[in-house]
Amino acid sequence: MFTPVYLDHNATTPVDPVVLDAMLPYLSSQHGNASSRHEYGRAARRAVDEARSKVAAALGAHASEVVFTSGGSEANNLLIKGVAACLKPGLLAVSAIEHPCVIRPAEQLRKRGWTLQKLAVDANGRIDGANFQAVMAEQPRIVSVMLANNETGVIQDVESLAAQASAAGAWFHTDAVQAVGKMAVDFRRLNAAGVHALSLSAHKIGGPKGAAALVVDKRLDIEPLIAGGGHERGLRSGTENVAAIVGFGVACELAAARRLANGERLLALRRRVERGLRALGATLFGQAAERLPNTVCFAFPELDGETLVGQLDRDGYAVASGAACSSANPEPSHVLQAMGVAPELARGAVRVSLGFVNTDAEIDGFLVTLQATVLRLHQLTAMAV
Amino acid sequence: MLKLPIYLDYSATTPIDPRVADKMIPYLVEKFGNPASRSHAFGWEAEAAVEEARVEVAKLVNADPKEIVWTSGATESNNLALKGAAQFYAGKGKHLVTVKTEHKAVLDTCRELERLGFEVSYLDVKDNGLLDLEVFKAALRPDTILVSVMLVNNEIGVIQPIAEIGEICRAKGIVLHVDAAQATGKVVIDLATLKVDLMSFSAHKTYGPKGIGALYVRRKPRIRLTAQMHGGGHERGFRSGTLATHQIVGMGEAFRLARLEMGAENERIRMLRDRLFKGLSDIEEVYVNGDMEQRVPHNLNVSFAYVEGESLLMAVKDLAVSSGSACTSASLEPSYVLRALGREDELAHSSIRFTLGRFTTEEEVDYAIRLLHDKIGRLRELSPLWEMVQEGIDLSTVQWAAH
Repeated sequence: MFTPVYLDHNATTPVDPVVLDAMLPYLSSQHGNASSRHEYGRAARRAVDEARSKVAAALGAHASEVVFTSGGSEANNLLIKGVAACLKPGLLAVSAIEHPCVIRPAEQLRKRGWTLQKLAVDANGRIDGANFQAVMAEQPRIVSVMLANNETGVIQDVESLAAQASAAGAWFHTDAVQAVGKMAVDFRRLNAAGVHALSLSAHKIGGPKGAAALVVDKRLDIEPLIAGGGHERGLRSGTENVAAIVGFGVACELAAARRLANGERLLALRRRVERGLRALGATLFGQAAERLPNTVCFAFPELDGETLVGQLDRDGYAVASGAACSSANPEPSHVLQAMGVAPELARGAVRVSLGFVNTDAEIDGFLVTLQATVLRLHQLTAMAV
Repeated sequence: MLKLPIYLDYSATTPIDPRVADKMIPYLVEKFGNPASRSHAFGWEAEAAVEEARVEVAKLVNADPKEIVWTSGATESNNLALKGAAQFYAGKGKHLVTVKTEHKAVLDTCRELERLGFEVSYLDVKDNGLLDLEVFKAALRPDTILVSVMLVNNEIGVIQPIAEIGEICRAKGIVLHVDAAQATGKVVIDLATLKVDLMSFSAHKTYGPKGIGALYVRRKPRIRLTAQMHGGGHERGFRSGTLATHQIVGMGEAFRLARLEMGAENERIRMLRDRLFKGLSDIEEVYVNGDMEQRVPHNLNVSFAYVEGESLLMAVKDLAVSSGSACTSASLEPSYVLRALGREDELAHSSIRFTLGRFTTEEEVDYAIRLLHDKIGRLRELSPLWEMVQEGIDLSTVQWAAH
């Protein structure tokens, strides 16, 4: 049977077989509600607690700092809206390249009297230092800058940004959904630098969809988004999704254990992709910046990204033309626009995001197919002109 | 051999039906795509599975699939419905009506809305747990914008008169939300005839997985909501966040099975519940909580007088049952639902909720009956109150010394 090659690991990842094995009992005989007092309930509670410890250990956090949510979007919504609800309205600063689940909640706060400032990035997708300093001088109450970008893989110097933001009196949050498992993420160290909260998600690291966490410094006051029953220390009500949480714990444990080996492997694969892309004349975005070892975002001038990606899918390669959740949106990527990429070129953007299961042979196959596709599309474009 | 403890807590959560788990697992492994990925087959396959499940959820309640919004569970559905509708319609008025026996997910959300400037009336119920329609009508005001009444109560299993409540609300142009987390697969829900505008569902109370639920949002007449979770604009903007495909597939299959099997299953469960009821009714001083007619066949909630609540739960630890709902069972407070029925603290404290389900057997029910006969007898032997009652002393006339 023909199985396409999956090169879209920033959208989601398959559940690791080890993770699945850990989850299976909780999809069958271990069915208790973690809030029940009988043995079924207590077994579920123990499983949730154990997973919480695993998530915390993988991030160098304390278990009591981990709040489980249904996903990264919820974690980011909880942080932005929940912290804002405990503060007097003021200035809120988020980077212009944040995921929509940070930007949209931030925009919502305008209705409650907040002023939103989007932090600029340079041509390589890194936070513009001068602009950042200028915004910090206005003493924002909340600052959110992602650790690594989902579209370009560009990594921010979050420790230094958090230190400046904290010095300015702000609460600092970082969305680490794409970073965890692909680079070192140590909450204790980030916390010491001034990061007060961090979001991560299971399904980006070989865990199941439906589980994620907000890791929070307990000095940070947060109003819950979802009320009713007082689960998760009152920060998030609702029956715990035990199976997914168990899977999340194991996925974090695996990610931490495998990170160095995977990181090297991914970087070697990424370099292989990049060599091929340069040879084909592609423009690579964020080239001069430090990037995740698995992400390449590129475009061919004059070729539409959607068309290219559609053709690659037919030829057996699954890649993305932007972030998965905004794939339906015909607007060019807000991330690339913030980097000053011309809209015509941004419309050509294609994202390859690798997983450690990918092989050299798959990359070579992809490059050969890409070359043929680009050639054919160029010919079609030439004929149309 | 019986597996102990015997699970009689199906209203806290149900096991996943093995047929449901079998459908879910491929979506964790080989069919793992993100349903929002529009650029490749992995994404389309996941999206197709999500839409198929949406059709199944809609079918169980006779709704249009476009009226179903996925959430992470009934708690989130209740939050989205109440906050979303209250905020959207705040211009029309700021008064809400609900009932004292609602789930915490509704009551806590109402408390939050009160802090945000809304006014909420919490209605009493009759001593059988049912809402008095005259009391309900009297509570409605010109500025009432939203009513929330659950279909089936989680603790006592009584079925509220939603059809009548719907008629009243519709005539007055008030949005009606119904928490149906405990109702799916237990009572027939026909949203083509019920005048309900918003309805919350949960998968894990109906043999599906935890972590997934849905909110029904009526299209005709169209109900609007202010979104509570913002981001990529999933679920037509009502609820952003990556859809958990395997959980959604599980909910769809669980609701499909409920639709096909609920008729026969409910009869079997009713027979078991009645057997349990009959078996316990020859114990002295046992009181049923909630109406026995307007009630789902899965639930039996009884109070054992002259038995201390905590010792009772300890004594029956071979039965996985609950006193009160799972969400509040960590507290030693007597159930607020039973207190709303007018039960005194003592009786509310010594109550047990038995909830039966798909995998409950006659043998398990008989074991539970024998165990309770034995344990209640022993606990009462230790009870000075029971001794006094046996001696014919009317406890209400006793002057207790303060200490």
